[in-house]
Amino acid sequence: MDPFEQVVAEHGPAVWRVCRALLSRADAEDAWSDTFLAALRAYPDLRPDSNVRGWLVTIAHRKVIDQVRKSSRTPQPIADPPELPSPDGIAEPADSELRAALGALPPKQRGAVVYHHLAGLPYAEVGVLLDSSEAAARRSAADGIANLRKSYLKEAHR
Amino acid sequence: MNSITTPTGSQISDDLARSLPGPSDAELASLHERLAVQAASADLLDVAYRTVDSPFGPLLVAATTEGLVRVAFEREDHDTVLTSLAAAVSPRILRSGRRTDEVARQLGEYFDGQRRSFDVAVDLRLVDGFRRTVISHLRDIPYGDTESYAAVAAAAGSPRAVRAVGSACAHNPIPVVVPCHRVVRSDGTIGSYLGGTEAKAALLAMEAAA
Repeated sequence: MDPFEQVVAEHGPAVWRVCRALLSRADAEDAWSDTFLAALRAYPDLRPDSNVRGWLVTIAHRKVIDQVRKSSRTPQPIADPPELPSPDGIAEPADSELRAALGALPPKQRGAVVYHHLAGLPYAEVGVLLDSSEAAARRSAADGIANLRKSYLKEAHR
Repeated sequence: MNSITTPTGSQISDDLARSLPGPSDAELASLHERLAVQAASADLLDVAYRTVDSPFGPLLVAATTEGLVRVAFEREDHDTVLTSLAAAVSPRILRSGRRTDEVARQLGEYFDGQRRSFDVAVDLRLVDGFRRTVISHLRDIPYGDTESYAAVAAAAGSPRAVRAVGSACAHNPIPVVVPCHRVVRSDGTIGSYLGGTEAKAALLAMEAAA
């Protein structure tokens, strides 16, 4: 079994993309930590032939939902607060438009787009996460992309 | 070619990846640090490790909650050592300075010639039986001294077990801090060393000069 450090090094960035695509920065940080802490707890019992990426994204999926629930209980500004410059002083890329477009998608479409296109999970695993069939997951992702294309990507590709 | 108006799936993946970028190195480092702290306070950090500079290249230093469990030279290949720690101790392993800061500081002083003994808890779970008896005795050999394999065998209560002493020293999981480099052959030659004969000679020369 690989040392857990290797798991974090290999999959930490992908889990961050998933969390950050669906949550504000502060909530994404919480979800990322909660994901890897839960993964660390369960790691010794993970079957050796497991798909580690899929396993982690499954945990992240739950932690994102927890985080959304937690945040909805506390008063929140309507939009994401303005992004602070990242610690190395490089300005954040202007990603808020796409984030907003993604946030406006129905949950299944949003999940399918993030888990397939961003986290790289095959549709069969996306289906398991979203409680639907592989075909339905594929359709959700396609619908999600079509909606994103309407609201955002048209701008980017004009 | 109509990629401008209808981007393909992989283009969309690329666009998404570009627009929703991964964490910067600084972000990842701070997420990692936070995870290590939370893991330690949840009692889930079974092995914490870091590397420490030495005159022989970076040393891997790994500690359990009990104490220092492994010191490894670069030539042992640190990734291989971590993988065997995952099997022998626990796969719950993270790079984290906190638990190993003190031994790192003491190693730095030792290599600077400013320290003659180590005052850190050690975890000898990787050795048992006679080897453990030998390893425990090695900590009593003073700085700057040497002892022959035969003398160590006698001190460990098995005067004829000279080869077993050699084997115990060769498998010392905590070299430098547990000074197996102070055990030499009866004929005066220095004998082999996990960190290489040159490293052993250099450690002995450093201690003799200090």
